Amino acid sequence: METFLQQMVNGLTLGAVYALIALGYTMVYGIIQLINFAHGEIFAAGGYIGVITLSFLQSRGVLEAHPTLGLVLAFALAMVYCAFLAVALERMAYRPLRDASRLSLLLSALGMSIFFSNGMMLCQGVYDKAYPIQLYSTGQFTVGGAVVSYIQVYIFVGALILMIGLNLFVNRTRLGKAMRATAQDKVMSALLGINANRTITITFVIGSVLAAAAGVMVGLYYGSVRFDMGFIPGIKAFAAAVLGGIGNLTGAVLGGMIIGMVEVFAAGYLASEYKDVFAFIILILVLYFRPTGIMGEQVDDTRV
Amino acid sequence: MRKELVKFAVVMLWAFGLLFPMLGAQIGFETFTFEWSRLVRVMGFVAVAYGALAAQRAVSAHRKRGHRDPGPGLAERVPPLWGWGILAAVALAFPWFADNYARDVAINVLIYVALGLGLNIVVGLAGLLDLGYIAFYAVGAYTYALLNTHFGVPFWLALPIGCVISAGAGAFIGYPTLKMRGDYLAIVTLGFGEIIRIVLNNWDRVTEGPNGILGIKAPGLYYPKLTEAGLTLGHVYLKNLTCLYYIALVIAVVTIIGVYRLDHSRVGRAWVSIREDETAAELTGIDTLRMKLLAYMLGAIFAGLAGAFYAAKVRYVNPSSFVFLESALVLCIVVLGGMGSIPGIILAAAAIIVLPEVFRDLELYRMLAFGGAMTLMMVYRPEGLIPARRRRLELHAREAFAEEEGNA
Repeated sequence: METFLQQMVNGLTLGAVYALIALGYTMVYGIIQLINFAHGEIFAAGGYIGVITLSFLQSRGVLEAHPTLGLVLAFALAMVYCAFLAVALERMAYRPLRDASRLSLLLSALGMSIFFSNGMMLCQGVYDKAYPIQLYSTGQFTVGGAVVSYIQVYIFVGALILMIGLNLFVNRTRLGKAMRATAQDKVMSALLGINANRTITITFVIGSVLAAAAGVMVGLYYGSVRFDMGFIPGIKAFAAAVLGGIGNLTGAVLGGMIIGMVEVFAAGYLASEYKDVFAFIILILVLYFRPTGIMGEQVDDTRV
Repeated sequence: MRKELVKFAVVMLWAFGLLFPMLGAQIGFETFTFEWSRLVRVMGFVAVAYGALAAQRAVSAHRKRGHRDPGPGLAERVPPLWGWGILAAVALAFPWFADNYARDVAINVLIYVALGLGLNIVVGLAGLLDLGYIAFYAVGAYTYALLNTHFGVPFWLALPIGCVISAGAGAFIGYPTLKMRGDYLAIVTLGFGEIIRIVLNNWDRVTEGPNGILGIKAPGLYYPKLTEAGLTLGHVYLKNLTCLYYIALVIAVVTIIGVYRLDHSRVGRAWVSIREDETAAELTGIDTLRMKLLAYMLGAIFAGLAGAFYAAKVRYVNPSSFVFLESALVLCIVVLGGMGSIPGIILAAAAIIVLPEVFRDLELYRMLAFGGAMTLMMVYRPEGLIPARRRRLELHAREAFAEEEGNA
């Protein structure tokens, strides 16, 4: 029972991270029907900016004095950086191909994914970069026998805040309404005066901001980042998006949580060396039996 | 002009903002230093690259009216039979004028020609994106490795078995996903490629895990031999690179002919129509699921063929030869060469295998360059280096028609 609870806690943490990445996939897919392969690399870039910020502050002696400020700065800078990266990516690789075939667009995205991950490798080296987590990983408490670290709480609460923020943005603001409209019908919304290109860019930016936050969270959780860390989580998050029903925000969060849980439980109870396989198996099973995903039916509702 | 300069400034500022933390920051263990020299060099490179692209854009805008399409590629300027004849002569004579190192590289080129053409069926003809293609190569290689080391099955017998098992794997993975739209296939195949690699890495009892399988026999040459026991089969193992080169050449040629015949068959036209518009293809009576599955399985068969040969050539397999980057490399060959274009893919395979051998110092930049080239090709020249004629007309038909109307 205790291990069960413990796995539950770990699964929720991991699931929250997958959910954040999956949101970016699902939003971009919803609006331009593109699997943004470079999304995993944006997530990794966020992790790198986090570690760069933290080690800079540490080397200047600021981090020991103000650890919370350091954390806030790391998140903020990573999110800003990835927003700029996303705009550059969309301008360079996706906008010129707006009218091209789906295959061209996918290949362009794949090229950018390879380009970014190798670029990060050349910039920051092939080895893991360690987060200065000794400052943060001290606190923990127990609930019914399961150990919950403060980091896990931060990650879960942080992800929750971002998801609520996204929900408010999409449903309550004019830009959010523009996004929903463009996702539903690009031509019609353009006729009504919505700037499609701008809306698409904003979608990319929001997805990337969430991925950047997830990158810093993963860095804090595992204690290090690597240039190719975006590859596997990227596929899993996409599996989560498909599981939830692609284009559906609530579905992406739900899918992320399920994938996180399944991975942790499978690693704990079945075979840990095969933990990466389960997400793919779920993906294939979903495509077999319910290709629209869990929330697939109410696509019109919260589709972005 | 002023507008251009402002744009240039914005791009440079943007690039600086993106590059400055990534390139400059040097993180050690609790240390942090900043390095400017690398940043300055890369910024210089960005400026030059931007200038070149801007100039290219200006030139092509200037010639727009007189500009028809990229023009007939090299393949069409050289009379086709002559071109193929010269290529065949060079390929046949090659090992007699080369050292072992060059022969080894040439064998790799031939393996990648076969892989590239096999993937071309899936990506270039049927328009399905397969990102786990190397998994079928792995299936072929491990099939031969396991059959040979455990049961002593000879290469020539393992070759068809490897193909059948690869095709089976293709059907297994293709059937559920091909019912979906094409882009789900990309991610499922990506996942499948990873599954195969993880299984190979962890299923120690069968695959020996990361250590790989040693002691695979080279292809043998069998001949009848008269001994005291009567007429038996004697054999020699063809370990030397010249023999292996010719086997690779046969595999590559079989692939070339097979893909050519498929492309110009009823099936090939069905694939193209699926690529162009699946709904329309379905309405004209094409069984799209069956055709897509066929493309996928045929692609897998050629990969299995190449894989079995690879295992026989290296006489050792381990999972690190079958990573995602290999799939990406094969895809690069197809995209750079020109989807659907056989001469283009041969050229691209040669370039992508030989260039890194020549520029050993730039090894690290290899995948960066290929990734960037893939996007650049999609944006500026989606038909590839040597475009297939059909493809070029598709991509530039509008310009050609517009011009004809203008002339009339």
